[in-house]
Amino acid sequence: MTAALARTLRPRHPWARPSSWILFVLALIGVAVVVLPILIIVLTAFKPTAEVNAFPPSLLPKAWTLDNFAVIFQQLPFARLILNSFVFAGGVTLLALLFDSLAAYALARIDFTGSRLLLVLIIASLMIPFQATLVPLYQLVAGFGWVNSFAALIIPRAADAFGIFFLRQFFLALPRDLDNAARIDGASEFRIFRSVILPNALPALLTLGVFTFVNNWNDLLWPLVFTNDQEMATITSGLTLLTGPSGIVPYGPLMAGALIALTPLAILFVIVQRRFVASIATSGLK
Amino acid sequence: MTTQVGAVRRDYRAPRSLSDPRPLGRGLLRTLTALCFLAPALTILILFVASPMLAALRTSFFSSSGFGPETFVGGANYARIFQDPLLVKAMGNTAIYAALFTPVAVVVALLVALVVADERLPFRGLLRSALFLPFIVSLAVAAFAWGFLLDPQLGLLNYWLRGLGIRLGNVLQDPVLAMPTVVLVAVWKSFGFYMVVFVAGLQDIPRSLYEAARVDGAGALRRFRSVTLPLLNNTLTFVVIFALIAALQAFDQIYVLTQGGPLHATDTVVTEIYQSGFKELDLGIASALSYVLLGATLLLSLIQFALGSRREKDLAS
Repeated sequence: MTAALARTLRPRHPWARPSSWILFVLALIGVAVVVLPILIIVLTAFKPTAEVNAFPPSLLPKAWTLDNFAVIFQQLPFARLILNSFVFAGGVTLLALLFDSLAAYALARIDFTGSRLLLVLIIASLMIPFQATLVPLYQLVAGFGWVNSFAALIIPRAADAFGIFFLRQFFLALPRDLDNAARIDGASEFRIFRSVILPNALPALLTLGVFTFVNNWNDLLWPLVFTNDQEMATITSGLTLLTGPSGIVPYGPLMAGALIALTPLAILFVIVQRRFVASIATSGLK
Repeated sequence: MTTQVGAVRRDYRAPRSLSDPRPLGRGLLRTLTALCFLAPALTILILFVASPMLAALRTSFFSSSGFGPETFVGGANYARIFQDPLLVKAMGNTAIYAALFTPVAVVVALLVALVVADERLPFRGLLRSALFLPFIVSLAVAAFAWGFLLDPQLGLLNYWLRGLGIRLGNVLQDPVLAMPTVVLVAVWKSFGFYMVVFVAGLQDIPRSLYEAARVDGAGALRRFRSVTLPLLNNTLTFVVIFALIAALQAFDQIYVLTQGGPLHATDTVVTEIYQSGFKELDLGIASALSYVLLGATLLLSLIQFALGSRREKDLAS
């Protein structure tokens, strides 16, 4: 009994136990399934057309080529699409972080009439899926003459109920002593926001920023609705133009485009993944 | 986007003490200051969320093409979406999609979470990150990759499965298999997110409980049923509701892979909103469908909210 207990309590080298190996093999199978589509994107992007269309299909290219990338830049204004994606996703992220954090500051730190009601309304609007407002939103945006412009893509998303709520929760957890000290020194509310709250909220801003950027970069329906000019498409929406109605799919160029679409996000993910994954786990962020 | 709305804390108000530098009786000034901070975000939310929501409600009672005159039709749009066979089918498909996606995504996520949360697993952090990777891939790009893997002639997965004696044929043109295929793409993309939430839940379970169960002679299955599941119950409920809400919004991979076909087998509420609102310009129908989507989402969110506040009470007592 005591020996058994001692055995369970004693830390052992992870590879010493057979159960570690079983778990590791199970996890590797999972990783293989998860990675296969990503691998196929990367490998097909560098395959010559003849190999992409060959039977039987193979995983690895026999000859490596950059032709697919050349094709995609010929068939679509791809440099422009990349720029559009960066301006759209980056613009939404910067504006939303600014406006959301300002609003969150008021809700977390300023004791004003109606703050509770406002919070309830913001939480209620969290539940509205954007797909449900898309038709009248399009009419509104079209009325402003914004269709096919960055204004249409960015401005309706320049504030977001979720971001306000998320940041408010974070600001509430910051100690009040920080801003009260500044207040005694005669600092204005805006100064407290800028010099005390924001610097202390960097982890939350980073998480929300990455999340907003990834979501918008990847969004298909939004750019599909607000742009119909190829020059204003994003990478995500532009790639759907390649498949076309003919039914013949140019997989090589498509995968080259897909690889370009996911490279910036993969780089971002590698940089921030530890903190990002951890904060999703704790905040229930979606 | 939704969140654990049930988890809203009671407003924290610092006690007004002598050290509080703000003098009393300056409420108006504070309200004005707050308004300045709130103005940009509120302008955006009122103009681009609240007003379209109300406009859609109005349009759902009109016959409208977006141009020219609109006619008031009462509840005719709502009557039509519950009678028109294609629209009924789209709503039914959304329910089928949710009924396939939710259990599969949740079970896969939970099983994977059990593996990667286990302290005996080497390289836990790295494996977790690898499994989370699809989360950053767009559904559209994921759909391209899966479409290629499953291509009846060129697809590698199709070829490998044929080697095992499984002939899939053209799954995306198959009225029965098309829906499970678009669900598969969504499961691939999103299970990692649910996995991370589960891992957090699993790590909150005190290890002493497992040790106690082990000492009592409980096997692995018994420990899962009697310790893990009951203590993971809240996380599980929230993940299920997240997954249901996400399932209601299915669009991207369907647009890429099947365009709602074959024979409308993968038409969903959102593909129909897009179709009627932007292709057929039947805005009344699109708006009525939008409200069906909104109603279903609100219902799920309220359940989540109710469960969340019940949990808060449980924790408080």
